[in-house]
Amino acid sequence: MRRIAIAWFVLSAILTPIVVAVIAPTLPPGNATEASSNQVFDDTVLLGIVTPIAVALGVYFAYTLIVFRRRDADPAEEGVATRDNPSIHLPWLVGTIVIVLFLAIFGTVELTDAGAGGGQGPSPAFKLSGNDVMPVQVIAQQWEFTYRYPTYGGVETAHLELPVGRKVELHVTSLDVIHSFWAPKLGVKADANPGVDNVAYVEPEEELSFEIHCSELCGLWHGYMFDTGQVVSGEAFAEWISEQQQVFAPATKVLPKYSTQYFPEPERRGG
Amino acid sequence: MSSIGGRVAAVAVAVVVVAALIGFYVANLTSSPPTVSAQSTTGNTVELTLKTEAAVGPQGGNPPWVSYLVKDDQGDWVHSTNFKVPAHSLVHVTVYQFDGESGLRNPFLSQVQGTVGDTMTVDGKLMGSIPPDEASHTFAVPQLNLIVPLPGVHEDAENQCEDGPCDLSQAHRTITFTIRTGEPGRYRWQCFVPCAAGFLAGFGGPMQTIGYMDGFLEVA
Amino acid sequence: MSSEALARPLWRRLIGFNLLGGIVLGVAGFYFGWWLGHQIHAESLDFFGDTNQNDVALMLGYVFSVVGFLIGLGFARYPLARMLGKERTHTENEHGGSGRYFGLCTDHKVVGVQYLCGIGLFFFIGGLNAMLIRAELLQPSPQIFGAGNYLTLVGLHGTMMMGIMTSGVLGPFANYFVPLMIGARRMAFPRVEAITFWLLMAAGAILMTTLFFGGFPTGWTGYAPLNDQANFGFDSYIFFFALVGLSMMLLGLNMIATIITMRAPGLTWSRLPIFCWGAISTSILMVLAAPVLIAALLMVGFDRAVQTSFFLSSAGGSPYLFQNLFWFFGHPEVYVLALPGFGIILEILPVFARKPLWGYRIAVAGILGVALLSFFVWQHHLFVSGLNSSLRPFYMFSTEAISVPTGLVFLAGMATLWRAKIRYTVPMLFCLAWFFNFFIGGASGVFLSDVPSDVATHGSFFVMAHFHYTIMGGLIFAFFAAIYYWVPKMFGVMLSERLGKIHFWAMFIAFNSTFAPLFALGLMGQPRRVVTYPSHLEPLNIWVSVSAFVLGASMLVFLANVVYSLVFVRKPAPDNPWDSRSLEWQTPTPVPIENFERRPIIDTDPYDYGVPPVPLVPPGPAEAPAPG
Repeated sequence: MRRIAIAWFVLSAILTPIVVAVIAPTLPPGNATEASSNQVFDDTVLLGIVTPIAVALGVYFAYTLIVFRRRDADPAEEGVATRDNPSIHLPWLVGTIVIVLFLAIFGTVELTDAGAGGGQGPSPAFKLSGNDVMPVQVIAQQWEFTYRYPTYGGVETAHLELPVGRKVELHVTSLDVIHSFWAPKLGVKADANPGVDNVAYVEPEEELSFEIHCSELCGLWHGYMFDTGQVVSGEAFAEWISEQQQVFAPATKVLPKYSTQYFPEPERRGG
Repeated sequence: MSSIGGRVAAVAVAVVVVAALIGFYVANLTSSPPTVSAQSTTGNTVELTLKTEAAVGPQGGNPPWVSYLVKDDQGDWVHSTNFKVPAHSLVHVTVYQFDGESGLRNPFLSQVQGTVGDTMTVDGKLMGSIPPDEASHTFAVPQLNLIVPLPGVHEDAENQCEDGPCDLSQAHRTITFTIRTGEPGRYRWQCFVPCAAGFLAGFGGPMQTIGYMDGFLEVA
Repeated sequence: MSSEALARPLWRRLIGFNLLGGIVLGVAGFYFGWWLGHQIHAESLDFFGDTNQNDVALMLGYVFSVVGFLIGLGFARYPLARMLGKERTHTENEHGGSGRYFGLCTDHKVVGVQYLCGIGLFFFIGGLNAMLIRAELLQPSPQIFGAGNYLTLVGLHGTMMMGIMTSGVLGPFANYFVPLMIGARRMAFPRVEAITFWLLMAAGAILMTTLFFGGFPTGWTGYAPLNDQANFGFDSYIFFFALVGLSMMLLGLNMIATIITMRAPGLTWSRLPIFCWGAISTSILMVLAAPVLIAALLMVGFDRAVQTSFFLSSAGGSPYLFQNLFWFFGHPEVYVLALPGFGIILEILPVFARKPLWGYRIAVAGILGVALLSFFVWQHHLFVSGLNSSLRPFYMFSTEAISVPTGLVFLAGMATLWRAKIRYTVPMLFCLAWFFNFFIGGASGVFLSDVPSDVATHGSFFVMAHFHYTIMGGLIFAFFAAIYYWVPKMFGVMLSERLGKIHFWAMFIAFNSTFAPLFALGLMGQPRRVVTYPSHLEPLNIWVSVSAFVLGASMLVFLANVVYSLVFVRKPAPDNPWDSRSLEWQTPTPVPIENFERRPIIDTDPYDYGVPPVPLVPPGPAEAPAPG
């Protein structure tokens, strides 16, 4: 038993810092936003906990499977008939409960930071602090995302651009079936439900271009429902949005009034 | 069965039967409509001629379904939605539109995007957008930022085509536009108008079946 | 069947209440329902190439098809005979030679073998679909099946595996061995036992018919409102899962009743084999969760066929309702898949460790704890759905809390190995691999339960890797351990150890090589169920596909082993090849129809191995934990 403990201690002391300090920071989704860097931080902490546990199991199994195998020349056919020992299973139980409690509390603390980029529905429990929040609507439909900027005359665009350093409140909704708006590098994922305003917060911290995917099966072209968005400087964004207002003026005229949800005519199945 | 030869034969027969069943299964799942090339005209310009019918009729496996058809180099209408066009060239697209008006769910898509000049002609008239309620279909390739709304035949038009095959003597709209192709690739295209009657949100059946209102644009 | 009956020509013996009769009446029933549906609901009557999307006709077709199938198999004979006042015994077809495997038989051993073969068939169809999916993902843009057929393949693979394999352990192994382990002659309700199997086969056949009706694009989760929009191929999904749910419910009830009431004298709760604990907790989950699924599917069926609006937000319904109902069933369902694995692993481990099961009571507590907690976690599937954002901390906690009872199961298994004399047989290798796989599955589950981390991984390949590690790495490895362990008793023939070891190592290595990279693919942004992906993910996807093909080839090694051992070598198995102390191995092989000559009397638990360190005090019944 002592040999296992020593091996575990040495290996964890080597591996855990490597995992935490070298591997974890390279994990997607990166540090482009507050939400995504929180996700990387969460993964780092969890990896820091899992690594010593994995090492413990690995060392234990490696030891037992080699040492306690039946040898051909072995006269004893049977193992030692130990059946239970509270001095082992009670500490084990307490240990797992402590880890679970820590994980739950840690996760909750992390979650209270603006919902960690997840969609929180029409009345978010964990709001982003500050007043200067720009609402952007994500409209999912089979099979394309379009975007509306209510503070810029309700203009609708085919692509998403966000200004860097600005707090953004994404209102994700759908016109037909359930989709899911996922921008991995922004650390945002929010399901698009028909008739539901699903709010997610994001605050981009650097200029970049990011992929957008639909991550809820939505029919034939689900796999093709992707797009590329941009985080640009404030000036570039102002220029881009005014250009969009100009280009899409004819379409904007015929759009319905901006709303957090839309109920287009639901055609039903026929006979 | 007790002899070795009998058992070998039984196993061999079983293997052959299973392999045949798997082959049949896979063959069924791999069937897809043929790819039709656009006809080249002068230089790096090609012509792609399409039509839409409210009900494809006996030309398709599902006669009541709405569908696109394409003209092949023999001048025959082929029931397919897989088109091949050359890269880095101009594609003149003509759509004969025999279907009625359904209306767009998202009116944003009533504006022409991504064609040369961001315009199209409808029955010879140059247009940049249509009233969203008049849309019958769209020809859209989201990865190429291409959206062309196709206006429908008016409800009160005479000599409408109920079932395919539709003939140019019947009521239709003629839409033309030109796109400039870029890098080679295989791009999906679709319709955004909820035109599949009888399905929730008008988006089942033909709207989710390649060969009807969805297909691939192969730029090669 | 009497000797007079056996003297009849073959064609005459084929006519009667058997599988053939069931298929004939099933097909006839389908066309009757189809015709009836068109009478009710539409003017045209077109048997082939119908494009009216007449859900009523298709659904009635399925209903009458199942009824006809069951009548053809002979399930109506007993109730009718009783209504006419005739006495019937419960021993239907039990003495009928090999013909009894192709019809209604109330011998639990026959049903067990039927289950193993029937489930094996659908397991291989599901696996074939997985191979086809990976073939399509060899290239970033679809070339082979196209987008629509690809989704049907994904749906068929997921639905087949999640539906049929729910009974993957309880069907063959619990039906066969629980009565033997508890010293009973039969299951509590033998005819119910038989009907669960045939319902499952009807379900599988109905699911395959989706190919004639355009397939379905929804995956195994079948979310509303996409399910309402789907082709009428989706009706086969509804009937498949409803029949699977019915079968699960009946199987669970039967199992609970059997284990509670039919234990041999002296078999107290604290002497019950751990596999029976796994079976009874799984059964509790089945009985409580499956009705919710059936109700949800009924609502979907109404939405589709008669235009109700349970799940349409534009007409006052809610798509969240379906997600809630589905996952209220769905999360216990994944433990329905995992718990029998716990039971098998802990049952087999002591035999080859030559040690008593360490911590029997904490293992039982662990299994029951997982079963209980599994009903309180379902909304972790909705962490980004926009529902109940204030409840997320609770579901995060309840989900993470499951690792406590799971940890107890791990401890029991690991401590059983300490100071053991491990024999590395094929079943033991599969058991040990289970610990490796399930640990990775469980640890990745911790990432998914943590909401911030889940936002990055929800609905991506990461999730897919996670549940393949828990279900394939957990259930399927335990399933194969059980096959290699129990086939000598079930078929009286030993499987080849050499081919078994080749199968194991190929499967273990290929499994990890297939699913470990999916964690990376998920983190790098590949969503689930996509037919296309960014080209920079292509090398990793090719690696995964090739590994998956090796994994598929390892299954062919298993099939080769079965054919080689059962058809050609036919090495007779001794009564107790593994030297097990468990009751099922004390019976002769083949097991007689009555199982035991006399009712056994139990005075110890079945893990009485090893050299006692101190004089052993058998645990008394008063200390036993309460059932359920």
